[in-house]
Amino acid sequence: MTVRVGDSASAPSFQKAALPLLDDSQLRKNVRHATEVIQRKRALVAGELPDWQALRDAASAIKERTLLRLDEYLLQFEAACTAAGGRVHWARDAEEANRIVIDLVREQDAAEVLKIKTMTSDETGLNRALEERGIHPHETDLAELIVQLGKDRPSHIVVPALHKNRSQVREIFREQMHLPNLGDSPQDLTDAARRYLRERFLRVKTAIGGANFLIAETGSVCIVESEGNGRMCLTMPDTLILLAGIEKIIPTFRDLEVFLQLLPRSATGERMNPYNSIWTGVHPGDGPRNFHVVLLDNGRSPILADDEARQTLQCIRCGACLNTCPVYRQTGGHAYGSTYAGPIGAILTPQLQNLQHAQSLPYASSLCGACYEVCPVKINIPEVLIHLRGRITREQHSSLKPEALGMRIVASVFRSRRRLETAHRLAQLGQKPFVSDGWIRRLPGELSAWTNVRDLRAIPKQSFRQWWKETHHGAK
Amino acid sequence: MAQNEARDAILARIRSSIKQSRIGFDPPSAPMERNYQRLGSRDSKERVELFAERLREYDARVTFTTPPDLCDSIGQVMGKVQSHTQAPRAPFWIVADGFPAGWLPSQQSIRWESSATVDDLNRCAGVLTICSVGIAITGTIVLQHGQGEGKRQTTLIPDRHLCVIRTAQIVETVPEAFDRLATAATHPLTFISGPSATADIEMTRIRGVHGPRQLDVFLLGE
Repeated sequence: MTVRVGDSASAPSFQKAALPLLDDSQLRKNVRHATEVIQRKRALVAGELPDWQALRDAASAIKERTLLRLDEYLLQFEAACTAAGGRVHWARDAEEANRIVIDLVREQDAAEVLKIKTMTSDETGLNRALEERGIHPHETDLAELIVQLGKDRPSHIVVPALHKNRSQVREIFREQMHLPNLGDSPQDLTDAARRYLRERFLRVKTAIGGANFLIAETGSVCIVESEGNGRMCLTMPDTLILLAGIEKIIPTFRDLEVFLQLLPRSATGERMNPYNSIWTGVHPGDGPRNFHVVLLDNGRSPILADDEARQTLQCIRCGACLNTCPVYRQTGGHAYGSTYAGPIGAILTPQLQNLQHAQSLPYASSLCGACYEVCPVKINIPEVLIHLRGRITREQHSSLKPEALGMRIVASVFRSRRRLETAHRLAQLGQKPFVSDGWIRRLPGELSAWTNVRDLRAIPKQSFRQWWKETHHGAK
Repeated sequence: MAQNEARDAILARIRSSIKQSRIGFDPPSAPMERNYQRLGSRDSKERVELFAERLREYDARVTFTTPPDLCDSIGQVMGKVQSHTQAPRAPFWIVADGFPAGWLPSQQSIRWESSATVDDLNRCAGVLTICSVGIAITGTIVLQHGQGEGKRQTTLIPDRHLCVIRTAQIVETVPEAFDRLATAATHPLTFISGPSATADIEMTRIRGVHGPRQLDVFLLGE
């Protein structure tokens, strides 16, 4: 089994990837603008609900309890969905999921498919897998269309093209849609996308999407969207295939009343997004005749065993933690090298891959806690970040890397008063060539990693112990 | 075969993970608390006004009307649209099957949904339906796609959606709407809050991407 999360396994470390992005002033301007607008709107509409905290508590409790009986709820969903005419498939990893989807598309002899924006399919690398088999996927969400036509990568969970501004979008559409006279107002660009996609909606007979919620009790699926491209894909084709993570289950229809209040307000700052679709299996005479749900594990089930980190799987992908994160707001999403960017990505991506990849991500945070405050399902992201840093450090502890070795020496020095005092004296002497005005601004060799980005206070002439001895002589 | 294998493997992995966890030994035993607000506090007049206000904030157009005036109200809105349409053929409206025939304005060209093709939906001036529930706080209309509400694509493809809602169908909160929908949980349901929109380009809200660009709601008093 190989878990894959986009191209995360081959991505450079966050710290490395972030550097060139920090120099891209256009990108930083675009990201800053977009995240500020959403944050402001979110704060307004979240503040409007007097029971916002009670809703968060309920959402968190529903998700927590669901995860503890996830096997039962998945089976319940499978039984109900099947009884309503749907077919449920199970995929252990990304490759298995892609294979199932491709086989289903081939059953229809389809050479092209419509796609509703789904992060899960980016996680499994589905578009590339489809293209390798000669099947062309048409992204239908406006932002995903911009990303696809621009041969780009999504940079945000909810607004994947937020790193592009209008003139950049115009250039992409001009070239790819062959519209030399296209204007650059958001209205012009949206109209162009409407015309470009309408013909495809009426023609292409197979659609692939994800799911926001799978309802165990009824076997229903809920999809939350704005543009109507989702509704097009859910109702026009003959065949509909959904790829959804196993954690998308909620127990009852009624539970939606909680999530449909939290998700739109958190994600886009709207009281309600324009369209929510809920349906159950196949509805004769209305919508697709063939309906499939592919339940994807891809590294999720092992996370359930970790009491501190399990809450990661409560996520409903609203993106509020990205918009509020002081790190994301500087770098944008590409630095995270994963389908999932921002604070939630920093805890989800490495865990899905059992900490074998993306080990730099839990460090891509200042632990300020803003993400926890806005999270509609109360995932304590800072707590999980620290927990993961601990796990990564423990795994590296036995290694012979200079940092691990250094840390072991430091630990041994701190364990003994005698050794600490000796080290202190030696450091006092050794630092002399590097100190000016009480600060160390540049250290040699390996130690320069620290002073490249910050100044270090010089070690004072006298330690606290020495000072105590002198001023409180004889005192106990 | 491979499918059963994958299913068993995933379920086994989930069970063993839960067993390994602390909380798997000691799951929360108290019933879950739902301390959020279930019922609204507004009287019916305030509720209807809030609903109208929220719809307008989404750029939907709202017409207050009464049973004797409904025909005329619908006819007036349709008439205004027609005079703006420059289609080569005479404009026509699609009406959802089961929509009360007595509410139809007489001067308009009407085609029932059951006799309309996808191409008709694509070319018509708009579609006329009723709905099941309105939610005041969020400015949402809910279709359960029964009689008079149209199939799902009928309210999606046309450029304009005209929807009649009786004021008694309007609730204040989202949980109240779910109370009303409890018996329709397995029907196809569509929650519509304003016309189709996107803010994908520089967070500027643009109306009408793939769904109807205009939403007209008729609030029918008793």
